[in-house]
Amino acid sequence: MAYETSDNSKTWAVVAAIVVVVFAAIGWLIFRPSGEGGAQGPGGATLTRMPGDANSIIKNRQMSPEDVLAALTTYMPSGKHDDYMMFASGGHGGQVLVIGVPSMRLLKVIGVFTPEPWQGWGFSEETRAVINGKAGDGTDLLWGDTHHPALSETNGEYDGQFLFINDKASARVAVIDLRDFETKQIVKNPLAINDHGGAFVTPDTEWVIEGGQYAHPIGGKYASLADYKKSYRGLVTCWKFDRKKGSIDPSKSFAIELPPYWQDLSDAGKLVSDGWIFLNSFNTEMATGGGEKKGGVWFEAGTTQRDMDYLHVINLKKAIATAAAGKTTTINGFRMIPLQTAASESILYFAPEPKSPHGVDVTPGGEYMVVSGKLDPHVTIFSFQKMMDAIKNKSFSGKDPYGVPIFDFKKVVEKQVELGLGPLHTQFDDKGYAYTSLFLDSAVARWSLGGPYEKLHSDKPWTLVKKIPVQYNVGHLAAAEGDTAKPAGHFLVALNKWSVDRFANVGPLLPQNLQLVDISNPGDKMQVLYDMPIGIGEPHYSQIIKADKIKAWDVYPEIGWSPVTQSKSPKATTVGQERIVRNGNTVEVFMTAIRSHLNPEHVEVKKGDKVIWHVTNVERARDATHGFALFNHNLSLEPGETETISFTATKEGVYPYYCTEFCSALHLEMTGYLLVKP
Amino acid sequence: MKKRLNTIIGPRVPPDLQKQDSLRFLLPTLLLSLSVVCLLVSISQPYWRLKLHAPQYPGGLSVQVYLTHTTGDVKEIDGLNHYIGMKSLSEAAKLERSISVAAVLVLAVLLLGATYVHTRWAVLLVIPCLIFPFGFLGDLYYWLRAFGLNLNPEAPLNHAVKPFVPTILGEGFVGQFKTVASVDSGFYLVCMGCVLAIAGLWFHRLAYKPLQDQALS
Repeated sequence: MAYETSDNSKTWAVVAAIVVVVFAAIGWLIFRPSGEGGAQGPGGATLTRMPGDANSIIKNRQMSPEDVLAALTTYMPSGKHDDYMMFASGGHGGQVLVIGVPSMRLLKVIGVFTPEPWQGWGFSEETRAVINGKAGDGTDLLWGDTHHPALSETNGEYDGQFLFINDKASARVAVIDLRDFETKQIVKNPLAINDHGGAFVTPDTEWVIEGGQYAHPIGGKYASLADYKKSYRGLVTCWKFDRKKGSIDPSKSFAIELPPYWQDLSDAGKLVSDGWIFLNSFNTEMATGGGEKKGGVWFEAGTTQRDMDYLHVINLKKAIATAAAGKTTTINGFRMIPLQTAASESILYFAPEPKSPHGVDVTPGGEYMVVSGKLDPHVTIFSFQKMMDAIKNKSFSGKDPYGVPIFDFKKVVEKQVELGLGPLHTQFDDKGYAYTSLFLDSAVARWSLGGPYEKLHSDKPWTLVKKIPVQYNVGHLAAAEGDTAKPAGHFLVALNKWSVDRFANVGPLLPQNLQLVDISNPGDKMQVLYDMPIGIGEPHYSQIIKADKIKAWDVYPEIGWSPVTQSKSPKATTVGQERIVRNGNTVEVFMTAIRSHLNPEHVEVKKGDKVIWHVTNVERARDATHGFALFNHNLSLEPGETETISFTATKEGVYPYYCTEFCSALHLEMTGYLLVKP
Repeated sequence: MKKRLNTIIGPRVPPDLQKQDSLRFLLPTLLLSLSVVCLLVSISQPYWRLKLHAPQYPGGLSVQVYLTHTTGDVKEIDGLNHYIGMKSLSEAAKLERSISVAAVLVLAVLLLGATYVHTRWAVLLVIPCLIFPFGFLGDLYYWLRAFGLNLNPEAPLNHAVKPFVPTILGEGFVGQFKTVASVDSGFYLVCMGCVLAIAGLWFHRLAYKPLQDQALS
């Protein structure tokens, strides 16, 4: 066979072509799509005509076109997820509720200040250490009055990482990690007996603000009411949040002493007003109550005598510098800037505000502070710029009895808008509107903002646009991301205190009514879409975040995870390492849980032994949670979690322990015997 | 002895012919070398995969079998298997997994050797590579069968699931699970390596047979 001589330049072209083809083939084999993408939904098919039955359902249920619209907006087809997640306080239930919006489905109740057995919250040694507090009288504290949830923010927008919430009853703040939706820390305010204006965060969550409520002698001391003006004080506390550690650092935190007015809601400035915080107050009369006594005046009358109370305007940046410079006193181990220093260092100013207002809410750009009148039918809008000008020009109308400079009302107010009776709280949308709840009117008012927001809508600025009734006695309201630098619009939830006749009667204690309102259309178009009964607490405030900002874990990152420390537990047990260790009268059990057995299944102790019992769920599958029930303990062990219980075996006998979470077909068999020998 | 060795490795290519006819001699070497590349890359790729579908696992469970190890939801599958008394996947093919990399390296050396041997003997050096994919499937079948037929009779679901031979390719059913088994990237790479090796042999013969004939005449 004869060969023709080949052209060398062609040789290399052929070689290169073969190499390229082979490597392309290798690359394609390795990186080709797996061909088994997510489950194929029925998506794509459009409804070309209504099924014949739909019209008869509409007719039979006597639904209006608005009802049908509401149903179509809120109905979440099976398996589909909500666009938003709402975090609502649980009031004096002491917990936090997580609700999907717009479906208004309850997704979770997060155990915070109150033990919650399904989550094992407050039952393990680890969680008990977080939840255990002491009430004002020194007794064990196992409840809280949650008021205002605050999502962590980056640049004034929710970042979906943490949630803070206050306990009004005992002046505490809790930190919840949104990777596992569990409470990580509860800090007790060493100076305050109660709080209200919190939690609110600064735009980058460096500080968590806790405003006070009812004035009292600082640090839990006694003083006669006759000495009210001298010995009672108000307070605002700035908690330093360490985002990396996911916890508040009390040693870097401080409080600012305030006059004994009753501080109320608060908000942090943002963008142009970054570095300032704002608190409302009432009872600048410094009434001390005692209506039952001869010549005494009830608080409700005594605290409402003056026409004006004071919006507290606080230079947080200056306060931080003052605290850092050591110009503080230390009470109960906690730093406090004294009232005199706050006044002399130009930290604190007062702006007169119509009497006994409730909420103060900062506009998305930080330009205005909207104060809701409560007893005054207006919202009063203060200009941050005008307040700064007044400070610069030293233009004040006087000082209060404690030496705090007071602005001239007319020189710092931007506008007043009359909305109706009982304005309480204000939120914002993306179209230049503000929304204010009207408690006495049982309504939500939409009104137009002016200034930089004027171009976003076609209504006359600073005007009431529309009021829609809600059922009934609305307290707070929450628009989607409506207190951030970038509100989302779309939906608003009115948190109504009374439901009266809205639901089937369940006895004298009625649920609260959370009503979803469509605010996506401009002008006078707003519609109530849904009534959600809340039968497990009384939500005060809530915040609504875009659901895709929440990056929660499917399972814990490692087997043996301690959620309280967010790290591997030193007591983690892996398969094959299960053991019972006796040390004198102490018996330590290292147990694993997996479908469908607890290992060990026999634990023998002697009466009087101290028993420390660690359980690790070694599962890695999503939702493969196990429970563990024994005596007065119930644990929830999510995949990977380790928890510990301890008790003294005081009574001889045989005690079955078992898995409380129906985990598998052989769940009932997931049990064992604790034998306490005489 | 040296003569005998020469009859096995065959004649060398004269330098001027090599220069004149470079593609002719380069082609078999290139194809066999690419075959080696495919073999070596396949070590990093899964050879076989099994996907399990059940109502309570919306995304399904999957396991990928490499020459040296397994990845995917192995723990979860082991956990489920204990209900029917199947042994842990980690107990399968321990020996094979421990020598697999060395075996592939030997195959690679043999293939490279074939580029140096210019006689029919080259075929012998390529044949082990061609057998390799069948060997893999055969061994996999052996272990699937050994595991499926030797269920622990004391397992919780001993009555519900009787011993069975898991399907090696295609769909099967166990309890509420539908299983889908298929070969994967690594296996395809080896197959491609085999095709390249066969093509390499073809051009090998085209290139060197005339030289050999010439040497004999």
